[in-house]
Amino acid sequence: MIESDIVKDFLVESYENLDRLDRELVGLEKNPDDREALASVFRTIHTIKGTCGFLGFNKLEAVAHVGENLLTRLRDRLLTLTPEITTALLSMVDAVRQMLGQIEVSSQEGERDDSVLIATLTRLLQPAAVRAQSEVVAAPTRAPEAVVFLKDVPLEGVPLNDAVPNIGDILMQRAGVTPAALLFAAEKQKEGDPRRIGEILVEQGAARPADVVEALRIQQSSRAQTAVADSTIRVDVGLLDKVMNLVGELVLARNQVLQFASRMKDASFLAASQRLNLITTELQEGIVKTRMQPIGNIWSQFPRTVRDVALGCAKEVAIEMEGKETELDKAIIEAIKDPLTHLVRNSVDHGIELPEDRLKAGKDRIGRLTLRAFHEGGQVNIEISDDGAGLNAERIRKKALERALITAEQASRMSEPEIFNLIFQPGFSTAEKVTNVSGRGVGMDVVKTNVEKIGGTVDVQSTLGRGTTVRVRIPLTLAIIPALVVTCGGDRYAIPQLSLLELVRLTGNQIRARIEMVHGAPVHRLRGRLLPLVYLSRELKLAGDTSATERDGAVNIVVLHADERQFGLVVEQIHDTEEIVVKPLCKQLKTVKIFAGSTIMGDGKVALILDVLGLAQHAGVVTENRSRVLNEKTTGAREASGASADKQAFLLFVGPGNSRMAIPVGTLARLEEFPAAQVEMSGNQWVTQYRDQILPLIRLNIVLQERRNRLRALQSPPTLDSGPIQVLVLHHDGRLFGLVVERILDIVEDRADVRSPATRPFILCSVVIGDRVTELLDVPGVLRGAEGSAVRPTPAMKVAEVAN
Amino acid sequence: MAQTSHFCTFYLDKLLFGAELKVVQEVIRSLEMTRVPLAPAVVSGLINLRGQIVTAVDLRRRLELEPAPPGQLAMNVVVRSEDGAVSLLVDEIGDVLEVDESTFELPPETLRGSVRGMILGVHKLKDRLMLVLDTEKACDMAEVAESTEAAG
Repeated sequence: MIESDIVKDFLVESYENLDRLDRELVGLEKNPDDREALASVFRTIHTIKGTCGFLGFNKLEAVAHVGENLLTRLRDRLLTLTPEITTALLSMVDAVRQMLGQIEVSSQEGERDDSVLIATLTRLLQPAAVRAQSEVVAAPTRAPEAVVFLKDVPLEGVPLNDAVPNIGDILMQRAGVTPAALLFAAEKQKEGDPRRIGEILVEQGAARPADVVEALRIQQSSRAQTAVADSTIRVDVGLLDKVMNLVGELVLARNQVLQFASRMKDASFLAASQRLNLITTELQEGIVKTRMQPIGNIWSQFPRTVRDVALGCAKEVAIEMEGKETELDKAIIEAIKDPLTHLVRNSVDHGIELPEDRLKAGKDRIGRLTLRAFHEGGQVNIEISDDGAGLNAERIRKKALERALITAEQASRMSEPEIFNLIFQPGFSTAEKVTNVSGRGVGMDVVKTNVEKIGGTVDVQSTLGRGTTVRVRIPLTLAIIPALVVTCGGDRYAIPQLSLLELVRLTGNQIRARIEMVHGAPVHRLRGRLLPLVYLSRELKLAGDTSATERDGAVNIVVLHADERQFGLVVEQIHDTEEIVVKPLCKQLKTVKIFAGSTIMGDGKVALILDVLGLAQHAGVVTENRSRVLNEKTTGAREASGASADKQAFLLFVGPGNSRMAIPVGTLARLEEFPAAQVEMSGNQWVTQYRDQILPLIRLNIVLQERRNRLRALQSPPTLDSGPIQVLVLHHDGRLFGLVVERILDIVEDRADVRSPATRPFILCSVVIGDRVTELLDVPGVLRGAEGSAVRPTPAMKVAEVAN
Repeated sequence: MAQTSHFCTFYLDKLLFGAELKVVQEVIRSLEMTRVPLAPAVVSGLINLRGQIVTAVDLRRRLELEPAPPGQLAMNVVVRSEDGAVSLLVDEIGDVLEVDESTFELPPETLRGSVRGMILGVHKLKDRLMLVLDTEKACDMAEVAESTEAAG
């Protein structure tokens, strides 16, 4: 236990400093002349050393001290930074980190012997030439002497604890102003000279005016940094989690109140509950935001990881990062840290070739590893790409056959992307050499399992000789998710929206006609493909007969996907989607793989959240070793001449003038039907209230109309007798739009490779989908068109936009 | 003065049990429960305890006693365990008793089976015996879960 807050603060601060040291040292290695970085490294070590001495951690102080000595020499240009020195300094950082860990646990430094490390660091104090001569002298015996000598080196010119360096220091470091001149100027000031130090120095000719201006700028910028530090505070994660939990409960209480309010007629009570609703939503958003962390927090360790791995296998790798500021829930950040580290190590170890091989292949000697992160459709995508050798499909095929992961027949049928994804199978490793980094046969499958555990997916793309990209898709937050509520056996269950594809309802004669049996296994023909059906009541061993599910003469099928496999879940009733607060199951129920957690519904009752992957495994749709997935996929591939991966899903609909149109399903958020009475006018814009938002409705018939007719048509309110309008809710640029179409037809998968150029604006091209010519709508173009001309920002519209 | 300790007592199938007062979070009347399909049989369901989801354990089943007569509403003794709060379903709640350490005795050798692990011992009260329940063991269902899994 740590008794003193000082020690605790010291630990927190030091961990941060150490992480920064890792980064800075690796940066410094690439750019040894960066005086500022060197000064910063020096400062960090010095701070740690100083605090250690103050708190009485002598061993820690000793290690930090030799490190500091080494840095002093580097700073004074008595030594130049070599990889050897960097490695020694990094191992010093590691040693300090270990000791801090020990202190955290026991408030003692523990029994450690760092003499080897200290000796190495001390040995490196000598310039290489001298070192070569005196190597015979036993290093440890020389150590104390060196330490004593260096301890007295004055630390002038380096601002230590002050966050803002003084101008003289900056001038001395950067502009070569001599200490004597500075001292002289300071003396003058003391004697009563009212001018600033810089002015005195310029007057004496000790510094050029430009240097002084530059120094002032540096001083300003570090002042700005301090200001940022002042506006943030450290919060204990435990406290944050507690607040998060409380907000979760508040959300539930709010739901209860709202449900209660809907039965009440008291206007003031309704108003109060509405206010509670709004405030709770905002509070929830706020607290979710506080838990968000930029992914850069874990990426910042990767330069060091890459350096170490690259050094270990004699490769040269440069790391690039894009989208460092992409934010993710803290819990997710922690969960993906290890998988990402593994992927990065893997890329360096296996992906990027040796420098000679790269030169031979006509590439730059230095390998390039790129990390990208970005938001897309409520999810975060993380890509790890290298420009290395790429995956060799033939070798993977051979290996998979050797390991009996697939049969020869399957192997001959699989497409390249399918083969690449074999690397995620348990027990698969193509590494010819087993290195200490990766290639032990565990790895990619663990990455996949860990990512799937938090509801994410992984896939890999590669071009032989050009490089490999691994893409990880993960949800933004785990705590509050949208879910579909269904009933089975009288109980409600929540299904995470993420796994949901579509809902199918069969009534009357359809039931017998469209549910067929394959030797006792029920299947449903969904757009020409067989969808295995899973009866929830049977899986849960509740009143095991299926007749209950057909009680009101209808069968409700929830089409789900798990592990790239689709199946239909037959449930009794389908309710609406709701935002639910996920609560983990207690230890006693962890063995029940079919549930992912539990939640409290609006009426205060507990409902279980289905784990779609677990359910699929339980029902045998997906077997644990995934062999059946491949099997199924290859059968599908045969019918599509081995190119099922090129197929794309399209939503077909009837546009204005009875034209057949399509959009890729990817851009689609939901399909909705609104009664015309729900449509309101906001300026020229049709809008409707949708999930606590104002949803702008874009009328396709108007966008596609010729410009001169457009304005008049725009101002026409919806005619009430026209029946409900069908709306495609689209996700674009983080906002929702409704696209009003005549009629929604179907979702089909097609390769759509017969194309011809568009004949009118807002159409990308004409393609053949489902054997008929279909116009592919240019969704971003339509939205732009609607915003640009139709939706003039009238005051009312602005309000709507703010509300969005 | 001899050492004393406090116990929250409750009845199960006419037996008097005691749980150490310091592990008992609260005692509440019967709450609406959500069943958990496929869960071990000793898990009665999940209850909403002021926004906290708590597993309810059928203590009769756990202690291999006769099942409760139908229609009897169970009381919840919510105890703190390693894994958060767990509710133990009991027939009836008794008083909080202060008992002297000197009346304690280990369970008789003839008490066998898995139940033995959950009974720490017996306090000899004036007119009857109070069985001391090891709540941590009663809540730990690792072995129960395994056996159900093996069976199913």
